[in-house]
Amino acid sequence: MFHKIQSHLHFLPKNWLTYLPFGCFLIFSLIFPLFFKGSFNRNVMIFIFLYTIMAEGWNILGGYAGQLSVGHVVFFGIGGYTNSLLLVNWGVTPWVGIFLGGTAAAGISALIGLPCFRLRGHFFALATIGLAEITRISCSHWKAIGGAIGITLPMEFNLYNFLWRGKLPYYYIFLAFTLTSILVVFIIDRSRMGLYLKALNQDQDAAESFGLNVFKYKMIAIVISTFITGIAGGLYAQYVQYIDPQSMFPFMISIEIIIVVLIGGRGTVLGPLLGAIIFVPLSEYTRTYLGGLAKGYDYIIIGLIVVILAIKRPEGLVGLRRS
Amino acid sequence: MVEFQVIINGLIEGCIFAVIALSLTLIWGVMQIVNFSQGEYLMLSMYLTYVLWNFFGFDPLISLLVTVPVFFAFGYFTYKVLISRIIGASFFPQILTTFGLMIFLRYVAFNIFGPNFRRILNPIVEGRISVSGIYLDTAKLCTAIVAIIGFVALTWFMTKTKTGKALQTTAQDREVALSFGIDVEKMYALAWGISIALVAMAGTFISTFRYMDPSLGDAFLLLAFASVILGGTGSIAGALLGGVIIGLVENLFGFFVFPAYKIVMVYIIFILTLLLKPEGLIKE
Repeated sequence: MFHKIQSHLHFLPKNWLTYLPFGCFLIFSLIFPLFFKGSFNRNVMIFIFLYTIMAEGWNILGGYAGQLSVGHVVFFGIGGYTNSLLLVNWGVTPWVGIFLGGTAAAGISALIGLPCFRLRGHFFALATIGLAEITRISCSHWKAIGGAIGITLPMEFNLYNFLWRGKLPYYYIFLAFTLTSILVVFIIDRSRMGLYLKALNQDQDAAESFGLNVFKYKMIAIVISTFITGIAGGLYAQYVQYIDPQSMFPFMISIEIIIVVLIGGRGTVLGPLLGAIIFVPLSEYTRTYLGGLAKGYDYIIIGLIVVILAIKRPEGLVGLRRS
Repeated sequence: MVEFQVIINGLIEGCIFAVIALSLTLIWGVMQIVNFSQGEYLMLSMYLTYVLWNFFGFDPLISLLVTVPVFFAFGYFTYKVLISRIIGASFFPQILTTFGLMIFLRYVAFNIFGPNFRRILNPIVEGRISVSGIYLDTAKLCTAIVAIIGFVALTWFMTKTKTGKALQTTAQDREVALSFGIDVEKMYALAWGISIALVAMAGTFISTFRYMDPSLGDAFLLLAFASVILGGTGSIAGALLGGVIIGLVENLFGFFVFPAYKIVMVYIIFILTLLLKPEGLIKE
């Protein structure tokens, strides 16, 4: 029956089914604000976008290259801090600052990758946790960047400052960044580099013995990955208009990024998007309907889902089952 | 004199980290699983001690008789219900399972007890004792002593008893253990039981001097990881050595150099160990 339907749709690209979810997502996102005027629902969508950007970023390193970073919040934080400091101290517009934040995150990640890519598996993961904690504690005590008090962005709402009162401008800008991050991962997925990263993920020794420069591709992966995560940090800072070490560097965000990707399926373009579409509403709506922040039902349910998924479908919802 | 005081404090705190590191390294060594939910068992054991004190008036010393067996069973069943299903799985599902478990356990505690700090008042082990000018916090000292007893007992169990030897064989080579007719599944479950019981023992004592909240696991877990890596994964003596070094570094650096950055120093040593000597100080 499926082939029959497909034969009637010959005017579409051959693997149109692959693009269908992205098309649906795009159309849904574009018209969503027309039907949902309330700030709560728009806020949920904005967080779906934000988590998709972060998850697509992590996916390049953790999904395609198979290097488990449990410290990605560092790059999120560096992005946010760079952008906010540039804006507050030198009046640099976030339209530039967000990208400089991404660049700073990528630069620091390269410095981290240089020694740490010798480590494998659990050891790489633990090193990234250590680095994340060092950054968080250092930022809490660093007076020049606001210390534990944090930074409040100037309350001048205009295009130059990337600050608005309503949610709609953020909504469409975040959507644009989300689509770009999906596109970047899509291009990597279809390129020769994607192939190399997948080989690296499957079996590093085998990839190396076939003459692949493993270190080089790990470095490329981490730089692109953290650039995207840094941009997400800058966007988040502009959206909440106030940052401090507790909101930019919590260990939990690192874990949430990983969970979002693994729910959807790591090493796929669709996985992080799907993961964010499931994760964010689940956490926002259970929080709202099951008695607020002080009850934690959202995370109890997420914890259960993660455990069940890890056992029953470890490759994620859209990931390929490996033999 | 003050230097000596700082060193003693470091040794005592080091022993506390060490026993948590021991519980981690046991699971890591026996079945190559890095358990990120270990800190949550510590937190839950502290809350159980609190509940027993609050509703039944049990002193933590008496609660030990309840918490240790309860958490042994808890660990044993965690293995049977959950971990046994991911033994043969690859790295990502294993990590994901312990992450999920961590979040689940933390927020169950959060749901029941709320985010407020709680603490046990007037335990038997309280106050401080003075030995020739050095002050010792009684509660911390007792915790450290119990930690040392834990180490001695586990070493004795692993080297002298038949079950302990079977456990070691399983840790070294699963196939060989199977060929000897060792029930590997039972050994794994036992390792989880012992590990979680050890953490509960530590937790029961820690609750005599530290307030508790649902997210306290992180602080202990990360320092325990640092201890495990520093000492060498899977090594009992390594966990003790690693824990003590971490405790000393934290206290000496914190007192003499820069108190705000004492934990940073611990993590720097942790990362340097990973990079320069990933097998740790004591190799099994």
